[in-house]
Amino acid sequence: MIDRRGFIASGSILALVSGEAAAAPAADAPPKGSPLAASDATAEPLYALTPNEAEFLTAIVDAFIPADDLSPSGSECGVVTFIDRQLAGAYGAGARLYQDGPFQPSNERPQFGSQSPLAPLAFIRLGIAELDTWATAQRGARVSQLSKPELEALLRDIEAGKVALPRIDARAFFAALLQLSMEGFFSDPIYGGNRGKASWRMIGYPGLPATYAKAIKDHRGRRYEAEPRSIADFL
Amino acid sequence: MAKVLKATDAVIVGLGWTGAIMARELSRAGLDVVALERGPDRDPAADFALPAIRDELRFSVRQELMQDPKMETVTLRHRLDDEARPVRRFGSFLPGDGVGGMGTHWNGNTFRFLPSDHNLRTHLTERYGRARIPEDMTIQDWDVSYDELEPHYARFEALCGVSGKAGNIGGRIQAGGNPFEGPRSGEYPNAPLVSSHANELFRRAATELGLHPFPAPASNSSAPYRNPEGAQLGACQYCGHCDRFGCEANAKATPLSTLVPALSKAPGFRKVTNAYATRVLYDAKSRRATGVRYIDLRSGETYDQPAEIVILSAWVFGNTRLMLLSGIGQPYDPRAGTGVVGKNYCYQIQPTVQLFFKDEELNPFMGAGGLGMVVDDFNGDNFDHANLGFLGGGYISLNSTNGRPISFRPTPPGTPAWGAAWKRETAKWYRKTAMVLCEGMNYASRTNSMDLDPTYRDMFGQPLLRMTFNFTQNDRAMADHLLGKAAEIGRAMNATIVAPQPRKGDFNVVSYQSSHNTGGTIMGRTPADSVVNRYLQSWDAHNLFVLGSSVFPQNAGYNPTAAAAATAYWCADALVKTYLKSPSPMVQL
Repeated sequence: MIDRRGFIASGSILALVSGEAAAAPAADAPPKGSPLAASDATAEPLYALTPNEAEFLTAIVDAFIPADDLSPSGSECGVVTFIDRQLAGAYGAGARLYQDGPFQPSNERPQFGSQSPLAPLAFIRLGIAELDTWATAQRGARVSQLSKPELEALLRDIEAGKVALPRIDARAFFAALLQLSMEGFFSDPIYGGNRGKASWRMIGYPGLPATYAKAIKDHRGRRYEAEPRSIADFL
Repeated sequence: MAKVLKATDAVIVGLGWTGAIMARELSRAGLDVVALERGPDRDPAADFALPAIRDELRFSVRQELMQDPKMETVTLRHRLDDEARPVRRFGSFLPGDGVGGMGTHWNGNTFRFLPSDHNLRTHLTERYGRARIPEDMTIQDWDVSYDELEPHYARFEALCGVSGKAGNIGGRIQAGGNPFEGPRSGEYPNAPLVSSHANELFRRAATELGLHPFPAPASNSSAPYRNPEGAQLGACQYCGHCDRFGCEANAKATPLSTLVPALSKAPGFRKVTNAYATRVLYDAKSRRATGVRYIDLRSGETYDQPAEIVILSAWVFGNTRLMLLSGIGQPYDPRAGTGVVGKNYCYQIQPTVQLFFKDEELNPFMGAGGLGMVVDDFNGDNFDHANLGFLGGGYISLNSTNGRPISFRPTPPGTPAWGAAWKRETAKWYRKTAMVLCEGMNYASRTNSMDLDPTYRDMFGQPLLRMTFNFTQNDRAMADHLLGKAAEIGRAMNATIVAPQPRKGDFNVVSYQSSHNTGGTIMGRTPADSVVNRYLQSWDAHNLFVLGSSVFPQNAGYNPTAAAAATAYWCADALVKTYLKSPSPMVQL
């Protein structure tokens, strides 16, 4: 599950400021990062998703997280891989989710969160199927076949509550996709997303070991810069 | 059939802060104590070690240390005539699980309540007249004064090695502390934490506005500290992984770091983990609790643990639900206003102001759970309410707790939630944003309460607890007032963008707000208005004691842990010094 590969996001490799980071336990080695073509990053096995579902999610996460000079795209950063692995595991099977009935519709009372009877894997799977059917009927193509502007318009419509799907609350589906995408982009790379710590570089989050007893004083009002490090860099 | 175990002197349900405090005091007094804990045991050295503990997805987002809603959750309705729905995932509040309870994953904010929070109805009546308290605002006095609790607050602060600056020692106001606080017997055990840059911007602005900023009292040790139980705490590393996580530096005071080492050596103390209490065994005829029934979650077997004394310390939901499931005390009926169990459920209302500074570097990932700068000028009754349309208030603070990026990535108002513009704004502001928080109180109302849900069940088929809750008109007016003051501070900090975020609409269970839930087994002067007396002793069984914030008659504008712990020490003191000599009701009617 641990992906140590990384790529160099253009111009975003920061100088390593050793300081306290270097004094952290069992963490002397700097992270190993080898330049890698972005296209290679998608070559990962799928554990739960079908190729069609992965294609759907690739289109979505790349609309959420488009490639630009700040980072590669969501899928290039491993976000689809992350979602696949999350859905294949305990989370996807409904861990820590109360699934007893009766079930009431989610859409008119968003204060309660999703009330769907489905665990995340089945929920996402149904959402993909229903939205693809809807998009084919209403917009003339499956989600992954829409042009970029068409897909963005569709996502804005779902977000605004303008899309109704037969058995699933479209807004709850959208919220779940966005949440999973952000988890995949910003979590520790050990889960398959955030390849090369692209999001951490983008925002300037140093990751581990996060021991700042000295730096909080030394860097008051001054940017703290460090080569971001993952849990995997400490093994 | 339940297997009946060998009787013990005392059985405790829930081994969080208040259960651990009581276990320590009773075993110190020579009693045999069995503590039942629903969750697993925890070994900080193994469970909270680097690097695995710095995993935002696992601990913060997937909530590894929290109660599992699949086993037991709560349901919510906003109004009495609504149908309740289950909270399918915890969001707005995060109940704990395992040895240490919520004390494992808390932030460490360790505030004392104001003296007037402890005798609220009397105080407000004396200052504003009886007519000023709305008819459906069911607030009441604690029946334990601040002065009575002071030594117990101090004892908890010593246990935790709280880092802070006193503002009032024996009636003498101290520069740099909170001038509004009740008189303290002494200084905090540790100096304040090192403030962040954002804390300092807040302090400067608040001072300019004529307010009285002070460092938040924190159970994050600013220096190595040995507590009176002989437990050694480390120094805080400002790692930004405090709330929702365990502490690898042992700098956060928790039941595990402060009490469990001594408890594990105490003869006569035994903890039983994965033990899910389902009933207090209650003999209605003799009005005595005779023990606790529980299910061993590993074997599925049911046991009865007989005991001379029963302690409930299972937090707000657990305490209230066990009283209701066990048929002890009259359930509260919000329509008639009769009964007591489940009454006065309270929460908090916490509007915020997000600030963005184009020219500041704030390093948000450096922080500590209790690292904050606070003003108390608008808390409780610290300001005149004579011409205001509400009662109560809350502290206003700037907390530097964390910059964990899955959840912390504020963008200015109007920014889309995804796409190129979202990315640009996220990258631009991540290191340059901070939030001013209003810790607004929530005063009791007739409707806000808890009972057993008629429909939804836990994993063993027992009714879930049902909350009936929404914010009141008083809450919303108070929150708007606080938000205005917080925005004023934000502007005085010269923020580039000041974005107030009011709490609108019905209470929602999705986004995190506060785990400062209170009430349900409240204390008071008579059985007609309370579940327990001033010693937290049940009116319906003199050998049953209830601990934690479930005994607060209403909430205050502070984090409630210190008040819950102080009342636990207060109860333990009465139990050991008075009750054990002559087991009987300690308040005669």
